[in-house]
Amino acid sequence: MFEEIGTTTEGDLIINVGPQHPATHGVLHLVITLNGETIKKLEPHLGYIHRSIEKMCESLTYRQFIYVTSRMDYLSAHINNQACALVVEKGLQIEVPDRAKVIRVLMAELTRIASHELWWGAMAMDIGAFTPFFHAFRERETINDIMEETCGARLTMNYMVPGGVMQELHPNFQKKVKEFIKLFRLKVHEYEELLTGNIIFQNRMKDIGVLSKEDAISYGCTGPVGRGSGVSCDIRKLYPYDAYDKVQFDEVIETAGDSLARYMVRIKELHQSISIIEQLIDNIPEGDYQAKTKAVLKLPKGEFYQRVETARGEFGVYIVSEGGTTPHRIKFRSPGFSNLSALNHMAKGSKLGDLVAMMGTLDLVIPDIDR
Amino acid sequence: MFIVNYIKNIFKGVKSLLVGMRRTGYYFTHHKEIITQQYPDNKETLNLPERFKGEVVLIHDENNEHACTGCTACELACPNATIKIVTKFDITAEGKKKKALDKFVYHLELCTMCNLCIIACPTDAIKMDQTFEHSVFDRKELTKILNKPGSKIRDGVE
Repeated sequence: MFEEIGTTTEGDLIINVGPQHPATHGVLHLVITLNGETIKKLEPHLGYIHRSIEKMCESLTYRQFIYVTSRMDYLSAHINNQACALVVEKGLQIEVPDRAKVIRVLMAELTRIASHELWWGAMAMDIGAFTPFFHAFRERETINDIMEETCGARLTMNYMVPGGVMQELHPNFQKKVKEFIKLFRLKVHEYEELLTGNIIFQNRMKDIGVLSKEDAISYGCTGPVGRGSGVSCDIRKLYPYDAYDKVQFDEVIETAGDSLARYMVRIKELHQSISIIEQLIDNIPEGDYQAKTKAVLKLPKGEFYQRVETARGEFGVYIVSEGGTTPHRIKFRSPGFSNLSALNHMAKGSKLGDLVAMMGTLDLVIPDIDR
Repeated sequence: MFIVNYIKNIFKGVKSLLVGMRRTGYYFTHHKEIITQQYPDNKETLNLPERFKGEVVLIHDENNEHACTGCTACELACPNATIKIVTKFDITAEGKKKKALDKFVYHLELCTMCNLCIIACPTDAIKMDQTFEHSVFDRKELTKILNKPGSKIRDGVE
């Protein structure tokens, strides 16, 4: 329950971080019990950006509800849409053309790079380094331009539809992506020069917010947070969807479990994403970009679940269908919510100044946590 | 040994800072690699891609004719009730009653640019326009009637 803001009977200070705080990147409200500068307890309070998306989806048809999921984890909007399209396809047993599968994976990996870049810049800014933010946004801009040309929007694309993708690829797509990859390889090197090797940065990240493997599993941490603690949880590798079974890539796992490990997982994932795009960009199969589907989609009676790997972890869509044109019940499993729940465990006993580093490496997107 | 390590660490730290500063200095002296766009000064040269989703427009040709039959496929496809089609009955040359478009009401303030209406349209009567500066002083101005006054359906479109 809510405690009164002030001091407790033991003389501990209770303070609020957020809901309007630059380091929380959104309306996250943390109530922290402090003993001196040491965190004794940390309690996230949610509800500031609740839009009841799950309830909203119950009144939308299976074509319409996909666009809403772009507004949850807006940094990996493509991958959220992909999960929704996949679960509808699973229910209707639609065979997606190979071309559409490859396009989906290409787009998902570009989104992952863009998301990790924004995280890299914003996290460095939280720590106190301002320059990386501009470096990250410069390359992210190129991806946004590519997206804008093919999908028509920069952030909330709504490009995935049940049965494939919405439009044909733009003629310039392949050329532009190749140019981007060539440039990006050099830029990742720059990122590492700027930040990874920096002694101040290293000292601020090492042994901060340690999460053991057992704790990561029990809190349900997925994505780079789970893999930073040594949990093998990459859905792309474990349960391949779309064209992920046709590409070669490594699952990045670090065992230290501290903030630096989570940072390194994301930086190495950038390299893996580039390698996936390089394998596919010259091998986009010919054919239709969309399977023929009925005008009105009706899922058979039953329950359907599909999970995908977003930039932040495992994202799941669970649909209960009564056989109508709209879902009876829909549930989203968002990665951010589980990752945030581990923050209390991580922060307990550490200093208040280190909290920003922990939150930065958790890569929290608040609309995703609080749907 | 402790002192040697201590001094080593200091030099390592200073070196890592210098490596980072070299990168910052490079961009400080290489202005050509700056990619900032000077909006709104570059309005004339700003080219948005043709697929950019700015707002829905009804396509009119030079004779002030459009292709909308008033079938309400877009209205049904829209997740946010952005589009409202008002139909009327025209009397054709043979004296028959025919359903036709009266008003194509479009609420820009509700639109999320999801492109579903464009795909649903069977006659390709609507498209996405590239305008993006939608700020107005009154919310009422965002509710638009897309068919121009006096416009009618093109011959041969069913």
